[in-house]
Amino acid sequence: MAKRSAPEVNAGSMADIAFLLLIFFLVTTTIETDSGLNRKLPPMDEVIDPPIIKQKNIFTVVVNKNNQLLVEEELKDISEVRSLAMEFLDNGGGQGEDACDYCKGKRDPSSSDNPEKAIISLKNDRETSYKVYIAVQNELVAAYNELRNREYVRLNPMSAMNFVEANSRYSDPRTSPSEKEKLKSQLSIVKQMYPQKLSEAEPNKS
Amino acid sequence: MSKFKKKKGGELPAISTASLPDIVFMLLFFFMVATVMRDSTLMVNNSLPAADQVQKLDKKDRVMYIYAGKPSSRYEDKYGSTAKIQLNDKFAVVEEVGAFVLAERASKRQELQNVLTTALKVDGDTKMGLVSDIKQELRKVNALKLNYTTRIGEYTQNID
Repeated sequence: MAKRSAPEVNAGSMADIAFLLLIFFLVTTTIETDSGLNRKLPPMDEVIDPPIIKQKNIFTVVVNKNNQLLVEEELKDISEVRSLAMEFLDNGGGQGEDACDYCKGKRDPSSSDNPEKAIISLKNDRETSYKVYIAVQNELVAAYNELRNREYVRLNPMSAMNFVEANSRYSDPRTSPSEKEKLKSQLSIVKQMYPQKLSEAEPNKS
Repeated sequence: MSKFKKKKGGELPAISTASLPDIVFMLLFFFMVATVMRDSTLMVNNSLPAADQVQKLDKKDRVMYIYAGKPSSRYEDKYGSTAKIQLNDKFAVVEEVGAFVLAERASKRQELQNVLTTALKVDGDTKMGLVSDIKQELRKVNALKLNYTTRIGEYTQNID
């Protein structure tokens, strides 16, 4: 009696248990990372004497409470915002010191002098829908990105990347430090050519 | 010639399933390692707007999340149907955003405290008034890096 060996445990249900756990983790997993539009807020402290900006260097976009768009005092559709913003940024109407040698715009003297001076001002109402606001933001960022892409490809024809791809490669942790260093200088040149000057007015209280 | 006698009978040998648990365990461990559990239950409707000029969000430990939107249907009779802010697991008013950001910042490691990003996960149907209020609160506590979290898609999906 004492010599009886222990009975073997049946392992047939092991797979069932493992499957159960597997399905639980499959259901609860969220692998995807979030993405969105990155913005920087202005600091709170008031500027004592704000620099004087010429009206022609400001591109105003107003979204009202009915989600209608007013671009440079004219009622426009959102599909036009990107091309209008690009036209404004790329105008390069400045003379002499303000001249812009890489701009491909119309050089209209009544529009912006050069991309470094051009400011886009976005104003919204408290009743504006967030969806529309994001759509407008998206189009304005797209205008900057398209111009930056153009210049990046022109300056770095061998890289086989455009600005947006290079930027995401730069922020990718797998990129080697030496490549990052190279990308950083290339990116900052283009960023200086078309600085993202997107100002948001505080919403009107109504 | 009997050495090369054909095996009799056409029945197939049973496939051994002994390694099946191993395979399943391998998958299981993969998903266990890759899993990020949702850290707060959503109490608001959260259908994000679409955008295509997006950038990936930083690493998870550098991000704090602020949710906003209409309370979801199970909370509707208790909290009403106007858009609200959700911080961690409870509804909050705008004034609490600043304290929340400071608390979150204090809970992070020293070297991360200056590189924190605030991710705004706001429902598409929210009015901008609420979002502007949040932004003003963030400015007050000097949390200036902001990310409007979106879905990836054409902007035209936002206009109806």
